[in-house]
Amino acid sequence: MEDRERVVARMQEAVGPTAVITDREELRTYECDGLTGYRAVPSLAVLPETAEEVQAVVRICRDEGIPFVARGSGTGLSGGALPVEEGVLVVLARMRRILEVDIPNQRVVVEPGVVNAWVTEAVAPHGYYYAPDPSSQIVCSIGGNVAENSGGAHCLKYGFTTNHVTGLEVVFADGEMVQLGGKTAETPGYDLVGVLVGSEGTLGIVTKITLRIIRRPETVRTLLAAFPSTDEAGGAVSGIIAAGILPAAVEMMDALSRQAAEAAVHPGYPDAGGLLIVELDGPAVEVEHQFQSVQEICRENGAGEIRIAENDDERALIWRGRKAAFAAMGRISPDYFVQDGVIPRTALPQVLHKISAMGSERNLRVANVFHAGDGNLHPLVLYDGTVSGEAERAEELAGDILLVCLEHGGSITGEHGVGFDKKKYMPAMFTADDLDTMQLLRCAFDPRHLCNPGKVFPTPRLCGERPGPYREHPLQQAGIAEIF
Amino acid sequence: MTVLGDIVGTPHVRDGGSGDAVDGITPRWVAMPASNEECAELLRLADRDGLAVVPRGGGTKLGWGNRPRQVDVIVDTSRLNRVLAHEAGDLVVIAQAGTPLATVQDTVAGAGQMLGIDSLWSGATLGGIIAANASGPRRVRFGTMKDLLIGITVVLPGGTIAHSGGKVVKNVAGYDLGKLFTGSLGTLGLITETIFRLHARPPTRRAVQAHLASPSALGLALQDVLRSHLTPTALEVRWDRSSGRLICLFESIEPSVAAQSDRAASILSRFGPVDVVDDISDLERPPWARGQTGLKIMTVPARLPDVIETVLGAAGEHGIDCRIGGHAGVAVLLVALDGGPEAVASTITTLRSRLEQEFVVVLEAPAPVKERVDVWGNAPGGALMRRIKEQFDPGGIMSPGRFVGGI
Repeated sequence: MEDRERVVARMQEAVGPTAVITDREELRTYECDGLTGYRAVPSLAVLPETAEEVQAVVRICRDEGIPFVARGSGTGLSGGALPVEEGVLVVLARMRRILEVDIPNQRVVVEPGVVNAWVTEAVAPHGYYYAPDPSSQIVCSIGGNVAENSGGAHCLKYGFTTNHVTGLEVVFADGEMVQLGGKTAETPGYDLVGVLVGSEGTLGIVTKITLRIIRRPETVRTLLAAFPSTDEAGGAVSGIIAAGILPAAVEMMDALSRQAAEAAVHPGYPDAGGLLIVELDGPAVEVEHQFQSVQEICRENGAGEIRIAENDDERALIWRGRKAAFAAMGRISPDYFVQDGVIPRTALPQVLHKISAMGSERNLRVANVFHAGDGNLHPLVLYDGTVSGEAERAEELAGDILLVCLEHGGSITGEHGVGFDKKKYMPAMFTADDLDTMQLLRCAFDPRHLCNPGKVFPTPRLCGERPGPYREHPLQQAGIAEIF
Repeated sequence: MTVLGDIVGTPHVRDGGSGDAVDGITPRWVAMPASNEECAELLRLADRDGLAVVPRGGGTKLGWGNRPRQVDVIVDTSRLNRVLAHEAGDLVVIAQAGTPLATVQDTVAGAGQMLGIDSLWSGATLGGIIAANASGPRRVRFGTMKDLLIGITVVLPGGTIAHSGGKVVKNVAGYDLGKLFTGSLGTLGLITETIFRLHARPPTRRAVQAHLASPSALGLALQDVLRSHLTPTALEVRWDRSSGRLICLFESIEPSVAAQSDRAASILSRFGPVDVVDDISDLERPPWARGQTGLKIMTVPARLPDVIETVLGAAGEHGIDCRIGGHAGVAVLLVALDGGPEAVASTITTLRSRLEQEFVVVLEAPAPVKERVDVWGNAPGGALMRRIKEQFDPGGIMSPGRFVGGI
């Protein structure tokens, strides 16, 4: 960064000296997010405490032409909050106030650093909760959830972050702060809130979020069913959906995941080739009827043991292994890659067999733990980084798994985001025209590509170019700008 | 016209007539493309020659928005009317944008499924419902188009064909163009294909309603229902002058519908007489008749009583008739105003000045009313919207002038 000293001085003036980190060792704290394979130390980090401070920081970046990256709790799994080396990291962890709880209108207004689980804690006494529940919900921030359009186990029935955000306050790359949406269910004009949620921090920095909260269901019933293999478990999932039942969650784990979870958190799961967790919620009468049907469907599809949670503690025990599954892999493998592909639910058995065969070919183990209800796979490719070449083989396999998802009409990411990690796969999912058209949005919001550059899109065009066959941009011809 | 004929075939292009007029502006031509490629050729030509294009599906909401500045070509999507795939096991349907909603519902009903959107405008197509962001009573449970649309294909001015999303519900790859095009009223490009998530069609339904004597009773009844464990698929209000109704619709398996409607009746009976609604077709129509003015007022549940009082008061002051309907559960009201254009326009102006926290949009209105008021009113983010428009439609050929701020 040219004139780093001047930038640092301006930042210190904007947010106070203690909120600017310049020491390289201290900056290493922020060199990666939850995907630790990619690391970059930012030129400096700032920790604003208010929206106005965020705006001041962005304005300095704008004036100086410096790229900036926003970061919440840093739990993302796609490198979305990976810093830019010559840029500023805007850490929102100090903006963690719950600004308003509005029960009559079923809304909560929060700052971006507020942790997901705190929202539910704030409204639980009133009988409400915030539905999106990523596995990292006790740490991850709402701002990060908004960037990634985070899901979770219960989004099968209740939707993703995008279905639960009605308003945003955003600081855009030009330094303007804009209120979009609000507490109302909709507002006139283009759905800018819908566009912002899931844009992975590339369109602006969100400084205030209005969330929709929902009433706690009257009844929750949870069961764990053990099947000989994931095939039979998959059959049960199809049967449940075909019966017109929309569970709150349907989660599956294969034998290897079960083994890892057992070693790590001892949930006492039955020995099985395929474990299914099914949770229903809603009005008592409806849930009881459907819960009976789900048990019958599981049995018809070959379930041996079916465990039913009789209380909240037993439910928590069933979920414990599932929620800990990623971290538990450390018990059975020194290293692993987590993948986040999505397939149409009906392709589940086929794709799982294919993944298993691909693993065998490369002499690698793949554990599967996933949101079976919506076809969101999380294959965990296990490897040992100390064995020469194994990490490369594992990464290659993880990538090939995404291509298999695409062959079946799926997606390269269901909830983790494209970020830095998967941008190279975007051309396999989208045409050049698709990507160029998405880029038009980027150009409307951030024509200079200062806001979280280098994420989501492989090689963005310069703004001002029209989609279509590649042509050299006039700025490039004149030697003023380069495409990077 | 010859050139248009070369693109879509001579039988599928004709001169515009008065029946094709958009807010009184008769287009020069009507073209009916049958593929993405034909749409792309059409928009490439229009962009090159500066022809203003207005897309048209069923034509049921063609009068929404401001009066366009210019209309040269109506792109009629009636030949883009095929359901391309119904993947029942995955609860997904793929259909061309000109497909009537009713056709989709018929197609998926065989598998016991439905698209969770209900149109108040019979004959509406998927593309039209998306472009207008129209919704019906069941949005309380199933959401609106943006919650159900999981993939979209659009054609931009200049002829680019672009997709986003896909045929899986859970998908965060790339920007969501479906959200951008939902409610864009034909101002960014032409929607040609759509992919939706489906829901199981509930086997039974029952509706109960409370007859209420005051808006404040409505407000209390609504809060009690919202705070109960009931899961209605619709929660509607109807209000005429001095009294009104709050209607709870339950759709599920029989035991649940029975238990929930009993419970609802017991909650509602504290606020007024309760009965069962046998015919719910009234919920599936807008409150206004042809020639009247239709407003959409977006508020929050706690403000519903005040908003209703304000509407009744303003209509009374200006001496016009009004009828209020809408989706109480999400606090979106639909208001019919009937009176002389001057009085209707004044009523709208009064409402906007008194309802500062609300958004008051004119959906439909006779031309003399539209000449007197801005149909959109206040909309946050106007400057950004203009920049988006400039990126997607730099030549300004798509439905020019119809949108917020004259976009």
